[in-house]
Amino acid sequence: MEKTQHTHRAPVSHQPLVVEKGNLGEIGSLVEVEINGIPYKVPIGTTILEACRQNNIHIPTLCYHEDLCLAGVCRICVVEVEGMKVLPTSCTFPITNRIKVRTTSEKVRKARRHILDLLLSEHYGECYSCHRNGNCELQTLAKEYGVDFYRFGHITERRHKVDKSSYSVIRDMDKCILCKRCVRTCIDLQEVGALEATQRGDMTTISTFLDKPLADVICINCGQCINRCPTAALKANDPSDEIWAAIDDPEMHVVIQTAPSPRSGIGEEFGCEPGTSMTYKLNTALRMIGFDAVLDTNFSADLTIMEEGTELLLRLKKLLVEGDSSVKLPQFTSCSPGWIKYIEHFYPDFLDYLSSCKSPQQMFGAVIKTFYAQERNIDPNKIVTVALMPCSAKKFECNRPEMTDSGFKDVDYGLTTREMAQMIREAGLHLPELQNSAFDEPFGDTGSGLIFGATGGVMESALRTAYALVTGRPVPFENLQILPCRGFEGVREASVLLENVLPDWSFLEGVNLKFMIAHGTANAKKVMDALARGELKDIHFVEIMACPGGCIGGGGQPIPTSPEIRQKRAELIYNEAADLEINESFRNPSIKYIYEKFLTEGPCRHLSHKLLHTHYVKRGKYID
Amino acid sequence: MLVSEKNALTIEIEDLTKSFGDQRESLLPILQEIQLKHGHISDFAQQEIARLLDIHPVEVYGVVTFYSFLSTEPKGRLIVRLCQTITCDLAGKEAIANTLEKELQIKFGETTPDKKFTLEYCNCIGMCDQGPAMLINEQVFTKLTPSKVIEILKKFN
Repeated sequence: MEKTQHTHRAPVSHQPLVVEKGNLGEIGSLVEVEINGIPYKVPIGTTILEACRQNNIHIPTLCYHEDLCLAGVCRICVVEVEGMKVLPTSCTFPITNRIKVRTTSEKVRKARRHILDLLLSEHYGECYSCHRNGNCELQTLAKEYGVDFYRFGHITERRHKVDKSSYSVIRDMDKCILCKRCVRTCIDLQEVGALEATQRGDMTTISTFLDKPLADVICINCGQCINRCPTAALKANDPSDEIWAAIDDPEMHVVIQTAPSPRSGIGEEFGCEPGTSMTYKLNTALRMIGFDAVLDTNFSADLTIMEEGTELLLRLKKLLVEGDSSVKLPQFTSCSPGWIKYIEHFYPDFLDYLSSCKSPQQMFGAVIKTFYAQERNIDPNKIVTVALMPCSAKKFECNRPEMTDSGFKDVDYGLTTREMAQMIREAGLHLPELQNSAFDEPFGDTGSGLIFGATGGVMESALRTAYALVTGRPVPFENLQILPCRGFEGVREASVLLENVLPDWSFLEGVNLKFMIAHGTANAKKVMDALARGELKDIHFVEIMACPGGCIGGGGQPIPTSPEIRQKRAELIYNEAADLEINESFRNPSIKYIYEKFLTEGPCRHLSHKLLHTHYVKRGKYID
Repeated sequence: MLVSEKNALTIEIEDLTKSFGDQRESLLPILQEIQLKHGHISDFAQQEIARLLDIHPVEVYGVVTFYSFLSTEPKGRLIVRLCQTITCDLAGKEAIANTLEKELQIKFGETTPDKKFTLEYCNCIGMCDQGPAMLINEQVFTKLTPSKVIEILKKFN
């Protein structure tokens, strides 16, 4: 399971306590702790909160999050420790000697209720008109503690303007309870640093640099802050009203493409356990809602592999055959729009290392408004393309000015998993009870695009296809499962040896294809710094996903998120992929079909360059 | 901001990182030096400090906005800070405030057109036994009366 990431930036007091052999004491590594009169044994250094959770003792939390470093700012998790005058926060209290803890005493109960009342006194708005209604940690606590009146009053006037500047993330600071989860996410987990607490005392707000609109500062739109916000202070920019309007317009042909990750997560919105497959039920729901065609993004994921894999082989050929030392290697994947914006801001001098391929979402958009329109004989002007994605950065991506190569806006709307679930509920459907149905042709559900959803998936798919194209044999791994690509370690490295290659690729004989995988932009930073120091000279291909865990942990996925939930979603994707008949992109019949009928020159040639490839913008870090 | 000004500022901050170190903990002394020399910490200076300390600009901004003696906007050369805390209030802060506003012809939070004076409130400066009290830059004035205030301002004019 993925380790919680802590950077050196966190002050020492916020870094997790590391128990080393030296400070274990005489009683070994375990220490006895009495919680509510019952003795437990826990390793030294375990916090009271962890000890309670391990033993099924409930303690409410707001600022605590498994993915983030400790903060201890919300104070809702206070407990009573015998001998202490004040109530310490259980999340930041490491157990180092025998202590007696009370989690249910009068003092604790009243303190928590007062803290809650204080939080509510500054929390603007009511719950009916709130998009987090039913999934709000503050609301849950209010119910848990039986809040039936506002002890310290309740603000009735807005104090902040809602920041709607960003295509991806909307900030409503009137709903903010200052837990700083977003700040810790943005700085520690993602190393972007768009948000920080500014001012002080009762003026404290979470704000951007110079309090500018989010669209004007460095934000990669990854939406990880949204996933961790306990209230509705952060949300994705929801286009569902426009989509309903398009659906309700009989003249418009509304096409939706669904990515693998939303299918793995959307069940959670309907009360299912994480890791419950909804792929084919979702298709039914989408048709019932009124989408005219339901297409599988796996197709364009396979298309990405064909283009990106070819691009890599061409770069290698240029280097090894033509001896062109200006070739940029390693090649970096370009599927994750959060990662693209990250590199554009933080490493603008390294943009040439990126693959020029568009992301699967944008490739599909361009194909739908050209090839699909032509095949179905529909005026592309009358086609609205919607992309169901686990991602808030996709909303920004589809609005990039360069993403209009089909002659139209390639993808009209990016919709997140949460917003889709809302649309399904609004249509009066209960997803888990629906029948299964298949995707629409001609882009059926085959291929290895499915595993794109998990970190390492793009790499695994690319290797399967590249290896098979070069050697004529499938990759030498059991069931094509390249296990070194899988897992949740922040940065992973592995290699595949190319042997007995086909005559066309003789220059690759004996080449040990080395690759790296990183997820979360804090890990991307490590890789890029290594590249800048010249340490990645022998690496050929690097996959980077902006979100921890890859797309399954994307900023548009159901809330909450945790390492365990991401693990279950990833398992589901790998299990579903194992059941598919075809697990290599180039064997996908739809891929063969499109290269026969439409992109007749083959991958990385004129037409595919026009439609499926893009360029990047040197954005830099400075804000005027 | 002119490019030459930016370059000069960059060099200045680089020198400061050399003397105070380029770690996170050097942030406050660097900010204080820039504040002292320039009267404010510009947007560009904040970003340059962030770059040289390898932290995010928003973290620098968070610190600058936290401390009331650091400012993001240019202010007058002399900053008059009148204590607004309860003991100075009871000792007659209001009359002092009115005199300051009348004499400088600006309201609290404003700067005189000649950029000489900025008038602000501040919280307790530890002169509770000698209130009302105020600061002009780093100089403390206590047991103020309206006529004393006029005398003090004259000295600075």
